[in-house]
Amino acid sequence: MTNLLNINYYAVAPELVLIGFAFLVLILDLLLKGRDKAVLGYVTAFGLLVSIPVSYFTNEPVSFSGMVAADSFSAFFNIVFCVAAFLTTLISMDYMKKAKADRGEYYYITLFAVIGMMLMASANDFVNLYAGLELMALSFYVLVAFKINDNKSVEGALKYFVLGALSSGILLYGISFLYGYAGSTNFAEIARAASAGSSQNMFLILGVCLTVAGFAFKVALFPFHLWSPDAYEGAPTPVTALLSVGSKAAAFAVFLRFFAGSLAVLQPHWAMLIWVFSAATMLYGSVVGVSQKNIVRMLAYSSIAHAGIILIGLLVTNDKGSSGVLYYLLVYAFMNIGAFSVITLFVRNNGKGANICDYKGLASKRPWLAFFMALFMVSLAGIPPTGGFTAKFFILASAVNSRYYLLAGIAVVSTVISLFFYAKVIFYMYMKEADDASVFTASPGAALYNVVIVISAVATVLIGIFPSVFMDMAVQAVKPLLM
Amino acid sequence: MIQLVWLIPLLPLIGSVINGLFGKRMGKTAVGLVACVAMVASFLISLSIFIKILSLPVAERSVEVTVFNWITSGAFKLDVTFLIDPLSTIMILIVTGVGSLIHIYSIGYMHHDKSFWRFFCYLNLFVFFMLMLVLGANYLVMFLGWEGVGLCSYLLIGFWYEKKSASDAGKKAFVVNRVGDFGFILGLFLLFWSLAGHGITSLSYKEVFANIHHLDPSMLTIITLLLFVGATGKSAQIPLYVWLPDAMEGPTPVSALIHAATMVTAGVYMIARNNLLFSLAPYTGEVVAVVGILTAFFAATMGLVQNDIKKVLAYSTVSQLGYMFTAVGVGAYTAGVFHLMTHAFFKGLMFLGSGSVIHAMGGEQDMRKMGGLHGHMKTTSWTFIIGAIAIAGMPPFSGFWSKDEILWETFEKGHHYIWALGLLTAFLTAFYMFRQVFMTFTGRCRADHHTQHHLHESPKIMTVPLIILAVLAATGGIIGIPFFEEGTAAHHFLNSVFSSGQHVVNHAVAGGGHVANAAGESEAIHGGLELIMMGVSVAVGLFGIFLAALLYYEPMKKFAPSFWTPENLAARFKGLHTLLYNKYYVDEIYDALIINPIKRLCWYCWRFDLGVIDGIVNGAGWVTRLVAWLMHKFDVYIVDGTINSSATFVSWTSSFWRRLQSGYLQNYALVFVIGLLLIIGGALLGW
Amino acid sequence: MLTLSHYLILSLLLFSIGVAGVLTRRNIIVVLMSLELIFNSVNISLAAFSYYLHSLTGMVFVVFNITIAAAEVAVGLAILVCVYRRRRTTNVDELDELKG
Repeated sequence: MTNLLNINYYAVAPELVLIGFAFLVLILDLLLKGRDKAVLGYVTAFGLLVSIPVSYFTNEPVSFSGMVAADSFSAFFNIVFCVAAFLTTLISMDYMKKAKADRGEYYYITLFAVIGMMLMASANDFVNLYAGLELMALSFYVLVAFKINDNKSVEGALKYFVLGALSSGILLYGISFLYGYAGSTNFAEIARAASAGSSQNMFLILGVCLTVAGFAFKVALFPFHLWSPDAYEGAPTPVTALLSVGSKAAAFAVFLRFFAGSLAVLQPHWAMLIWVFSAATMLYGSVVGVSQKNIVRMLAYSSIAHAGIILIGLLVTNDKGSSGVLYYLLVYAFMNIGAFSVITLFVRNNGKGANICDYKGLASKRPWLAFFMALFMVSLAGIPPTGGFTAKFFILASAVNSRYYLLAGIAVVSTVISLFFYAKVIFYMYMKEADDASVFTASPGAALYNVVIVISAVATVLIGIFPSVFMDMAVQAVKPLLM
Repeated sequence: MIQLVWLIPLLPLIGSVINGLFGKRMGKTAVGLVACVAMVASFLISLSIFIKILSLPVAERSVEVTVFNWITSGAFKLDVTFLIDPLSTIMILIVTGVGSLIHIYSIGYMHHDKSFWRFFCYLNLFVFFMLMLVLGANYLVMFLGWEGVGLCSYLLIGFWYEKKSASDAGKKAFVVNRVGDFGFILGLFLLFWSLAGHGITSLSYKEVFANIHHLDPSMLTIITLLLFVGATGKSAQIPLYVWLPDAMEGPTPVSALIHAATMVTAGVYMIARNNLLFSLAPYTGEVVAVVGILTAFFAATMGLVQNDIKKVLAYSTVSQLGYMFTAVGVGAYTAGVFHLMTHAFFKGLMFLGSGSVIHAMGGEQDMRKMGGLHGHMKTTSWTFIIGAIAIAGMPPFSGFWSKDEILWETFEKGHHYIWALGLLTAFLTAFYMFRQVFMTFTGRCRADHHTQHHLHESPKIMTVPLIILAVLAATGGIIGIPFFEEGTAAHHFLNSVFSSGQHVVNHAVAGGGHVANAAGESEAIHGGLELIMMGVSVAVGLFGIFLAALLYYEPMKKFAPSFWTPENLAARFKGLHTLLYNKYYVDEIYDALIINPIKRLCWYCWRFDLGVIDGIVNGAGWVTRLVAWLMHKFDVYIVDGTINSSATFVSWTSSFWRRLQSGYLQNYALVFVIGLLLIIGGALLGW
Repeated sequence: MLTLSHYLILSLLLFSIGVAGVLTRRNIIVVLMSLELIFNSVNISLAAFSYYLHSLTGMVFVVFNITIAAAEVAVGLAILVCVYRRRRTTNVDELDELKG
């Protein structure tokens, strides 16, 4: 028993680093006054940067009695979270000032959200998985409501909160059934029980269905996606960026570890469910995206469609599919944050810059920004030579390899439909002339946006041109799952 | 050092991107600097790779550098790999070396153009694609470069797109090249398809060459012929040469770089690279050689009577390319590549020289309005004359060595008719080149007063590249002088690339019974014969120059017989002159034979439709009309409708499903719970 | 004799009541209370499993849940206060600015 109870703090080193920084920011927020508070954002960003190498070198696959699996898989996700949070922190400093919501708690709550995601990625037990998930979710409720003087922000937060709590309750109920079935909340134990016992056990079926619903909510799968467009639109734009990338990636990490990893033996039983989810989600996201006028809402539906496509990789329970998911999430982090950064730069408190038609004539006024925005749109649409293309290519190749021809076909159809709205943005930017160029005037803090946009653009293109480098990383990362 | 090869194409690409994105705001100095620095740096790397290659033992001179693995999916693998071997080293040296000089020259030449940055953006991009073409270690990378240079050529021919003739010329080049490229693609497909039948899916030269013996000769002949169709398009050979003279609408540095020194030689490079394939298909070799020499000859005759300074050079380029094809066609790959190199020097030089002249003349290109420019622009005229001597094949200038080697190899390999035609072409070349020199630089100036007043030598930035190229054109033949025991330096260097193909050719000759006797004896005879041949071709060239001088050089005119003036000759051989002047009416023939028949066919179809079908329709009465009406409706409602309605359908579906997002929290929760119940229900039913 | 099934049925009933409350009550405060009911129904189920499986994990999990639920309520009420400040209402049906 003693060696089972191995409390190894190295396993949670990245989380500990971020907790340290979170409290540092909290204390600094109390001590600093006025303009000095500008330093908080930089401290946060620095902390996230520090956490990247720490995550990279953390490798403790079995610790805390098997509750925490800090392996190459969680390292990959931790890095994605840190990079995403780093980029969004940089763009939020100016945005929060613009939105008159420049309060210090934003930064440490962001850090807590990242810590929650990290706990989810390394969780190998439902207890700490749930703790991580709630830490992330609670942080995000607060972040979405951060513009407390904005109707949309608080309304979005309330909807997100009520539905999120409902989904947490359902998830928890599912966990209780799985616990009742296996006598343990540990993934490995549940996997052992599932492979030993009958797959028709009532508790197992209920447990799996309810937990799937819980995670499907976080990933925003149809029909559990309804919160996401509202929350995305209401939230401060940098928060939306982090929410769409981080929270989604964290939920996929759990999906992968629990379904593709532990419950891989039951794949034939849950495959149909995931198949339907995937097909419905990508079709729904791309179809409804077509009629959106608000660009953030459009990206919310785009994000739903992407989740559907990523889900294909989960369905294909082999190294190709799983590594495809990781690769896709990495690319998605960059291209989506890039697109949101451009929007964050232009969006105004009075709602200007939030509609697609506000981007009319951007190409002639700000050719660079228009170029980058077009690049992100092209990548989101999955056109070479961007990362978005190779990501789709890998996922679809894995689907075809595993004979999910129909699903791959649906993915292609959904991609074609989604081209409508990505092209719309490019069309407005390049083919039309601006009526009101005042939207495109830069705010004083524009330098940081540029940094984020350029980093995202370079990464998007680089991943598209040298896919094998990143694919190798993803393949390394999924190795612990498939053993 | 060799591992740095990826930098060579990357630098021009970076230059192109920088100029394309920032050029408009950067100012001309910065734009020119970026483009030239990229080129020169690329050249220096090429040079160091060349030196490195020289220091390696012969057997190790072929190095493949995989820059990155683009996509691997199952058995299918796509690499961007560069191949460094003597052939590609020579090519990159030419491309980056001559390219650098032309870039520098362009700073001066294009100085007044408002789209300065666009020019350099395209030019750098062209160099990038050209380097991909010659460096690629597999057919795919080469094809990427092949298409890329075509695109840049099109963009640059139509650079002054406001001018209708320029955009028309661009279109013509594009269309004609498409015809060639179609053959090229077909050839590549056929090659892969037939190799795939033997289990080879790789596209790399190494794999293909190693396994080429699996293919039967007739298949190889078809493949190589198709590849050659591609080469005739890109390298302006009969019958697809028509675009190149028109391409002179582009800025002169473009003509020098793309349409003389580099891109148009891509076909020669391609055949040299695939020497093994072409050697295994002797019939194709014959075709290549015959097409090459015919092109050389006919282009030279057309060059005799042109009055546009650039058009003369254009026909001369077509003609010289013909020589190169003759060489690679008869299996003298080294001679072909050697001539490619010297041609890059002297033709690049002459184009730049003509650009300098045009610059001085304020845009005038008609040689009849020039004359006596020697007095005004010494550097340009001397360097131009050096180029002309080189192309006329006078020793010891570079053109002599390379052209003579081609002629000698054709003769030696037993193609005596080709050799004779080649000799005749050499005579014509000397004649029309010196006609050009005399008309442009000597005699009385025929320009109008205003232009004469403005005549000036070009700035240093233009003349220095001229001087450097002139030095190269004069001395570049050194590597063709047989210093080594086993042949010239060029042979020595390129031997490893061509040995396999050469081996096949020699083997075929040996099998055919033409076994050389005692080696020493034949060597001696050959040596003597070679010297005689050299003498003959020099004499022929000198004769050409002499005739040109009698016609066009003032101090010589008095020695000429009374009928020996351009006007008299044109009058006496009126038919021939008109024929040549109108370039054998090839454009008109193409119009008449290909373009008009297609139009006519369309017209007949229409008439047929009108006369016969409608007649039947009328005769058959309203039943048929009903069918037609139904067909029409089908077209409108079903065919068009499907396209339109799919878009409508999507947006309709979209707005329908939008309503799910009602905004009411409890509706969301309800959907959530229904979804959950559906999952559980599905799971209990066992999916 | 109380068996595991009794507890599970109780838990299911509470869960259903909670879900029904979330779906039907218009007042946000009541919705929040219904959410609490859901969490507590799960706690009952976990505790019952823990007791009948002789495993402590379930009990520990319940303690975790109670803590997290407390935090959840705190955040929920905070958001509710914000909403009330802006809108002067606690009726969920009046919050439909975001839709489509």
